[in-house]
Amino acid sequence: MNEIAKLARRDFLRVSTAAGGGLMLGFHIPAAGAAPSKEVPNNQEINAWVVINSDDSVLIRVAHSEMGQGAMTGLAQLVAEELDCDWDNVRTEFVDPRLNITRNKVYGGMATVGSRAIRSSQEYVRKAGASARIMLVSAAAKRWKVSATECTAKAGVITHTGSGRTLTYGAVAEAPAKNDPPKDVPLKDPATWTIAGQPKKRLDMHDKVMGKAPYAIDVHFDGLLYAAIANSPVFGGTLKSYDEAAIKNAKGVRKVVPLKDAVAVVADSYWEAQNAVRALPVVWNTGANGKVSSDTIAKFLDEGLAMKDVPVARNDGDVDKALSTATKVITAEYRVPYLAHATMEPMNCTARFNTDGTLDVWAPTQNAEAVLNAAARVSGLDPLKVTVHLTYSGGGFGRRGGAAPGDYVDQAVLIAKAAGAPVKMIWSREEDIQHDLYRPISSAKMTAALDTAGMPVAWNTRISGHTILATANPSAIKNNMDVGFLVLFADNSYDVANIKVDYAMRNTHVPVGYWRSVNHSQNAYFRECFVDELAHAAGQDPYEYRRKLLQKAPKQLAVLEACATKAEWGKPLPAGQFRGIAQIDGYGSYAAAVAEISMNADGSPHVHRIIQAIDPGYAVNPDSIKAQMEGSVAWTLSAALYGKISIKDGHVEQGNFDSYRMLLMGHMPKVETVIVPSGGFWGGIGEPGGPAVVPAVINAMLAATGKPTRSLPIMQRGASA
Amino acid sequence: MITLHINGQDHAVDVDPEMPLLWVLRDKLGMMGTKFGCGIAQCGACTVQLDGIAVRSCVTPVSAVDERVITTIEGLSPNGDSKVQAAWVAHQVPQCGYCQSGMIMAVDALLKTTPKPTDAEIDAAITNICRCGTYARVREAIHDLAQA
Repeated sequence: MNEIAKLARRDFLRVSTAAGGGLMLGFHIPAAGAAPSKEVPNNQEINAWVVINSDDSVLIRVAHSEMGQGAMTGLAQLVAEELDCDWDNVRTEFVDPRLNITRNKVYGGMATVGSRAIRSSQEYVRKAGASARIMLVSAAAKRWKVSATECTAKAGVITHTGSGRTLTYGAVAEAPAKNDPPKDVPLKDPATWTIAGQPKKRLDMHDKVMGKAPYAIDVHFDGLLYAAIANSPVFGGTLKSYDEAAIKNAKGVRKVVPLKDAVAVVADSYWEAQNAVRALPVVWNTGANGKVSSDTIAKFLDEGLAMKDVPVARNDGDVDKALSTATKVITAEYRVPYLAHATMEPMNCTARFNTDGTLDVWAPTQNAEAVLNAAARVSGLDPLKVTVHLTYSGGGFGRRGGAAPGDYVDQAVLIAKAAGAPVKMIWSREEDIQHDLYRPISSAKMTAALDTAGMPVAWNTRISGHTILATANPSAIKNNMDVGFLVLFADNSYDVANIKVDYAMRNTHVPVGYWRSVNHSQNAYFRECFVDELAHAAGQDPYEYRRKLLQKAPKQLAVLEACATKAEWGKPLPAGQFRGIAQIDGYGSYAAAVAEISMNADGSPHVHRIIQAIDPGYAVNPDSIKAQMEGSVAWTLSAALYGKISIKDGHVEQGNFDSYRMLLMGHMPKVETVIVPSGGFWGGIGEPGGPAVVPAVINAMLAATGKPTRSLPIMQRGASA
Repeated sequence: MITLHINGQDHAVDVDPEMPLLWVLRDKLGMMGTKFGCGIAQCGACTVQLDGIAVRSCVTPVSAVDERVITTIEGLSPNGDSKVQAAWVAHQVPQCGYCQSGMIMAVDALLKTTPKPTDAEIDAAITNICRCGTYARVREAIHDLAQA
């Protein structure tokens, strides 16, 4: 072991043994039902992922973020399954991202995005569990002087089958550390799983119902100061001047810290900091962006729908010819607005420069490595001198997938440095909603030709919208194309002979980012509602219409049929109720939804029930999957019913939950989920669950009223629902 | 100096009387279970109980509560096994969990006055925002508690 690895190892032990000691040294996450862990002697690291203690408790390391989606428990289940340990003895610990540097990326990528926490790491975490089991078994066999092939392991106990002798993992844990890991590590057939594949209770549940689960915003220690911030209201604006004298007598205020595009006030409490920053007169340079409004953006996108010579992503057959000779042509334009994430835990970050030249950082994140890099870049410190404390995150949904320059991590490090004291910076909810990385605005114009049987023979799609690459990775834009913006069209699963898909890139000054389901969220609405318009024009049942179009897409067809069967599609509903259906594929999974609605007098839908089906290949924790599918319904209905970020004079008009409205209990439908894992692949859950829900609801509205709904949100601001 | 009666203990704090109870709990007393979500009594993440009634602590000045019995999530039970907390575990309600301290305190208060709430009563009383969308499980857990 080299010196750095030794150092890292010591830090791990320090974090482990600090369990229950509060937030100072890091967090330790005990298993559900377990008492807060005490100091544990002789904890033996078997490999980077597995630590076995002499009391037979098992510590499994988790390198991905837990922001509600259940990955922490699911990943531990996969390791425990292959380790053959006792699930009741499992605890978990988040990985310090520095260790991924010192240990040569042994933890893979820590970014928790794209519904990839489990599907991108399942193989190496399962192998870590299996490898540890092999080493423990071989240590026992060596002690008994028998062949390892004569020994079995189950629930943390190794048995020599010939003699019946047993040893626990804890009893032999010291020996494997000296052994080389095995080269050949076979994995179990998922059909034989007993820990993975089961609806195990979440390991974070007990702490979360007690209010004890640590979030970054909860770090608390003596000497900590608090910062509130005002970011330039107009995106791209800069700080021109401020009148510090106006708040110089404000109670508790310690310092005003100017940044390039923001100004912060540091105080003895967050409330005092927030009051002072609101009272601080500030002048901003806004530039030309100050003239942009939702109307000018809408016009800009509409021009995109009509532009000539835009890049083409897919061109099967001859769409123009098929359209010009068709007897029946259907055209529709659909529009969706910018959306904010509004995670319940607002953006925040705490930074503490220590006297020994090190820096501690706490931040809610989906990407602890990006936080580490940002903190090192801004502080000028070697990354190995920066400790990022990975905590639970109060929602993520894509907002915290990186640590963009100038975003909340940069700000907190700069403010703490300027204040000469540890500082916890919290964005107000208004700052959070007005300085997001928004779900892109997008519009679609779709034209289809139907044959005499009513089936589409040509389908032309133009998407006009704001690519996420403009904010996230501008150098990746080639030839004004972003194929990711065209998902569900460029890879349309419906069998249509002539298909053309092209893209008018329309980037504004509004910063955009990854919002749960990303481009599937807009395109599922466009595509699936247009399919219903076609079925409606053909006078056909929208479920049967889709079945005909999916004959060459067996996975999509199977999940659609599973959903329709569960929903008893075709069975009469009570008077005044209507159904809609939709299906999508994405993030490696296949999903479908049926909505049952009635219409309110004001033209909005009353959603009674959502039935969903998903095929993720393998189901690691069926109850977590169900929870994600239920949550997807609330997430997408909030957006479809109310969600709209509008721009006036270059800034966001909405500010808090009174103007950026969320679905509440009263409008949450019943949700039923059917999981149909067909095996052979590993799909995601958090993002593929949502996109079919909105078009299913809107298609039910079409069934109810005969009229399409071609722009969102359904309820404009101020309307009742 | 204001004396607060929180979870059966008295805490003397020297703060601006207008400071909301939320920030006294979090920044002055280090009680981090009660969360900040919006600051304008919209989301309910900061819900605590005053004399058993659910209130949003982000807009409740500390001067208004010094004679009252304050209960926070930390005071609901020593081991997380109060009726509502146990139902939350049984139904695996929380996802990110950030809103759940407030959700649990609001439900606990509702069940004190309305032990068998109808769906309409639940909808009227539980107006906490949950972005993860745990509402369906919250409702199931409440109905289970009502039948117990």
